[in-house]
Amino acid sequence: MKDDCAQSHSDHGFAIVADDVTVTYRDRPAVQDVDLRIPPGRLAAIIGPNGAGKSTLMKALLGLVPLAAGQVSIFGQPVARQRRRIGYVPQRSSVDWDFPATALDVVMMGTYGQLGWLKRPGPRERKLAMQCLDAVGMTAFADRQIGQLSGGQQQRVFLARALAQQADVYFLDEPFVGVDAVTEKAIVELLRALRDQGKTVVVVHHDLDSAPEYFDWLVLLNVRLIACGDFRQVFTIANLRRTYGGAMTASIRHFEWLELEKHQTSAPIS
Amino acid sequence: MAWLSLLADYTMRNVVLGSALLGAVSGALGCFAVLRRQGLLGDTLAHAALPGIALAYLLTGQRALPVLLAGAALSGWLGTAALIYLSRATRIKEDSALGIVLSVSFAVGVVLLTFINRQPQARAVGLERFLLGQAAALTADQVELMALLSAGVLIVLVLGYKEFALLAFDAPFAASLGWNTTALSLLLTTLIVITVVVGLQAVGVVLMASLLIAPAVAARQWTDRLHLMVWLAAAFGAISGVMGAWLSASDRGIPTGPVVVLVLSAITVVSLVVRRVRAWLARRAAKGEAER
Repeated sequence: MKDDCAQSHSDHGFAIVADDVTVTYRDRPAVQDVDLRIPPGRLAAIIGPNGAGKSTLMKALLGLVPLAAGQVSIFGQPVARQRRRIGYVPQRSSVDWDFPATALDVVMMGTYGQLGWLKRPGPRERKLAMQCLDAVGMTAFADRQIGQLSGGQQQRVFLARALAQQADVYFLDEPFVGVDAVTEKAIVELLRALRDQGKTVVVVHHDLDSAPEYFDWLVLLNVRLIACGDFRQVFTIANLRRTYGGAMTASIRHFEWLELEKHQTSAPIS
Repeated sequence: MAWLSLLADYTMRNVVLGSALLGAVSGALGCFAVLRRQGLLGDTLAHAALPGIALAYLLTGQRALPVLLAGAALSGWLGTAALIYLSRATRIKEDSALGIVLSVSFAVGVVLLTFINRQPQARAVGLERFLLGQAAALTADQVELMALLSAGVLIVLVLGYKEFALLAFDAPFAASLGWNTTALSLLLTTLIVITVVVGLQAVGVVLMASLLIAPAVAARQWTDRLHLMVWLAAAFGAISGVMGAWLSASDRGIPTGPVVVLVLSAITVVSLVVRRVRAWLARRAAKGEAER
């Protein structure tokens, strides 16, 4: 299938371009031959089954894992030269929340990239960090040790840290895992606001039910790229079947049923 | 006052100052090692230093401290390389790799020490004091060297505080900022190697690790802020270093290492108990407030 993500001569104007990206773990490909394009000002999801290499692909886009083949560019430049335009929210479970730091301490870390080596954060960084905490509704918890926060609050702190990076492209790895419904809604609102400011947001996501409501660009992945492009064009049963293979999830069946119902109800109206 | 007369003695004052500085540096540095879950790395590096000390003596025939410490640092580094190789290139998990490197290098070190002790001039060499530490035997020159190296470690630690803190909390995020986390991590390990090497003669190979781990663990019980934790750990380390040096000097038979560890253990136990009591009081206060 020829889609919006194949290599072309007009890569200008894309926020993120990946060509033939392959990442191997212990000689086994975790991500293979992935070509993808994400235009600026989009809220994009990377979706696929467990073990599909979603997080690995995100790390490859961020330049955090060595590429066995292929290349990645952010706004037409190698990632290494665009670090200051990138914001990153790793999986919440990837850090030890018992670390001796307050919510404000963690958000301040987002300013370190702009701050440079050896320099200490000062009042300016502190002010920015407080603004970012405010944006996620966590001002009241600024001085709380991070281990005393709920899962949703920790995720908000992580998001505030990424906001403090003042980036153009944001990468979020599974930001909705283990968070309450209110936080999920708040995060989605924030990501939409970022997109509406012209920022590009890429999210590793695994919930098919909420995906159509949240995103406007879609990357379907199962080690290889299945499809990539405008959400409504890519989010089809055929593509989902190809992504999830034999492991048909309840979600997909539920989705098929909805589609069936849609046809039945829409017939008399039209 | 017996301890005052000890301080009046020039050599003793040096020994106490050297031990205090060593304790402070390993306490501060240990915070980062413990937070990165690398507490046992120091233990392994200390044991890995022993064959280096013995080999340095055997190869050069000298027992000058700089020569022996260079040997210790070199074999400590080799131990690190072996660790990295074992945990990356094989399927051996990191904890097992630490155990393997620790026991193998300690075994080699003890065999070499036995061999050295068979030689005619063995009594004069006195390499055994590297096993359990003998701070009282330190000369002014040696303390000076220790102080110099400790100060170097401290300066790097202060300059790179922000970087080491982020590395310890969230290395992938640090990498996403473009930081070379491998180099940072190696730098931190190098600081640990230097500190361990500095402490060997005072505290000994066997118990050096506790000087890195225990102050950090005790300090963590008192505070939720990293910079306070680092300061407290440095203070705890310094106190136990001084106590260890002083007690072992007042009775020449006691090795420094065990005394330091006992003092540190006491501080750690008290800290853990106080944390429990404070948590219990806080819970009771919260309950009382809820009932009111």
